Amino acid sequence: MLIRIPRPSDAKEHEITPESIYLRRREFIENGIYTGAALAALPLIAACEPAAGRSPQPTTGTLTELKAKSNKTYDTDEAQTPFKDATRYNNFYEFGTDKEDPGKNAHTLVARPWTVKVDGEVGKPGTLDVDDLMRPEDLEERIYRLRCVEAWSMVIPWIGVPLGKILKRFEPTSKAKYVAFETLVDPKQMPGQRRKILDWPYREGLRMDEAMHPLAILASGMYGRVLPNQNGAPLRLVVPWKYGFKSIKSIVRIHLTEKEPPTTWNMEGPSEYGFYANVNPEVNHPRWSQKRERRIGEFRKRPTLKFNGYIDEVETLYSDMDLSKSF
Amino acid sequence: MSARWLHRLFWVVGFLPAALLLVNFELDRLSANPIEDITHVTGEWAIRWLLFALAVTPLRRLFGWNRLAPYRRSAGLLAFFYASLHFLTYFALDLYFDLDAIIEDIVERPYVTVGFTAFMMLLPLAITSTRGWIQRLGKNWVKLHRLAYAAGIAAVIHYLWLVKADLLAPIIHAMILACLLGVRIYLRVRKPS
Repeated sequence: MLIRIPRPSDAKEHEITPESIYLRRREFIENGIYTGAALAALPLIAACEPAAGRSPQPTTGTLTELKAKSNKTYDTDEAQTPFKDATRYNNFYEFGTDKEDPGKNAHTLVARPWTVKVDGEVGKPGTLDVDDLMRPEDLEERIYRLRCVEAWSMVIPWIGVPLGKILKRFEPTSKAKYVAFETLVDPKQMPGQRRKILDWPYREGLRMDEAMHPLAILASGMYGRVLPNQNGAPLRLVVPWKYGFKSIKSIVRIHLTEKEPPTTWNMEGPSEYGFYANVNPEVNHPRWSQKRERRIGEFRKRPTLKFNGYIDEVETLYSDMDLSKSF
Repeated sequence: MSARWLHRLFWVVGFLPAALLLVNFELDRLSANPIEDITHVTGEWAIRWLLFALAVTPLRRLFGWNRLAPYRRSAGLLAFFYASLHFLTYFALDLYFDLDAIIEDIVERPYVTVGFTAFMMLLPLAITSTRGWIQRLGKNWVKLHRLAYAAGIAAVIHYLWLVKADLLAPIIHAMILACLLGVRIYLRVRKPS
């Protein structure tokens, strides 16, 4: 007999949107819009019969396939966000501040060849080609929830390597307490950097124990292919229990340090974005609620889960911390 | 083109952003988060039409463009139309009529508080925009309709406070509003009436 023990990160049965509702999600919005439009007696309503067919699922285009072994330990079986939505709704200010800007503008990024510098408190510093850093035999698929600090979320099948496994190859010293990451700076490739919207380069960081946690991965692919540029090609961090802005994209430098490194959104608004940025429905953003989130593709908001549903895996990392202070 | 047809054309242009929103939704050309798009577009147009309405009097005084006079009311009503869509999108589509959530937002989140205040200030202005109300209220109508400035200020603050990092768009709107208010003050100081 096969007994299936649910993993703590599994979505509960009642949390899963029934497929029939999921597929009809646009109708809800449509109904709302039609009501509003009818109230306003918009003259054009007659000319706006529903289009014969919705845009089909786009193909993954020219992106190279990426082979990875499956590691189901942490996978969620919730419905995956359509590839189309995951690649046209992005926060990546290096390519513009609108959600659709990265999808439109990121073609200027040259993702290969690409080197990553690993330095700081390590025994074996080095500058490696991204394809040497991400050894093909180490690649795993991980299906994770992604919760943005702006209260929307997705489910994405990443392909990557546990960050800890990579860091160990560089032999961190006893002084390595934090890992700092930096994104490429090149306004020619990243037109959003022509204006100083943020203090470029984009910077992020993790405490060493967070970085060594098996959930934290460096990703070089998603949906069975290499990363599209707008999703952080060729190499990005994925830390699923933290708000999305921690998962820094297009990384060129990994720096191990003794002190907590400065991080971009924390520098931008220290009262709004903490260094830890763990997903937490109990600690609201000063300007909006974090209790609920909209899963992209769904209409009604759903409750946000503490640590984005990875509470059993990561809670012990923060057992001695006041999460409302260290948010 | 007669003034009457020009004014009709103005109304068509006024409703165009809402119509485009609907068309783009139908053609699946909005982003993966259409509710967010609808919220943003309706909010931006509410502010733009409000600024247009507030610009009419300064332009008449400065340049004698008196043909603009009838457009003040139309632009104000368009602002109210978009503000209503904006509020309904937020309350119905975003919060799904969750009363507790909207009360929490209005009480605890300053940008929602000022935004809601702006909308509440536009409400009496829209109601009293008819000829009947103008006659009934007499001089008080002018006093009441000075609320449009307060609504404009509240709306622009709402915009400034909700943006994450790139303040360019709200600052442009704030500067236009500041200019319009500046002209009013200048006219008042120069020629006390």
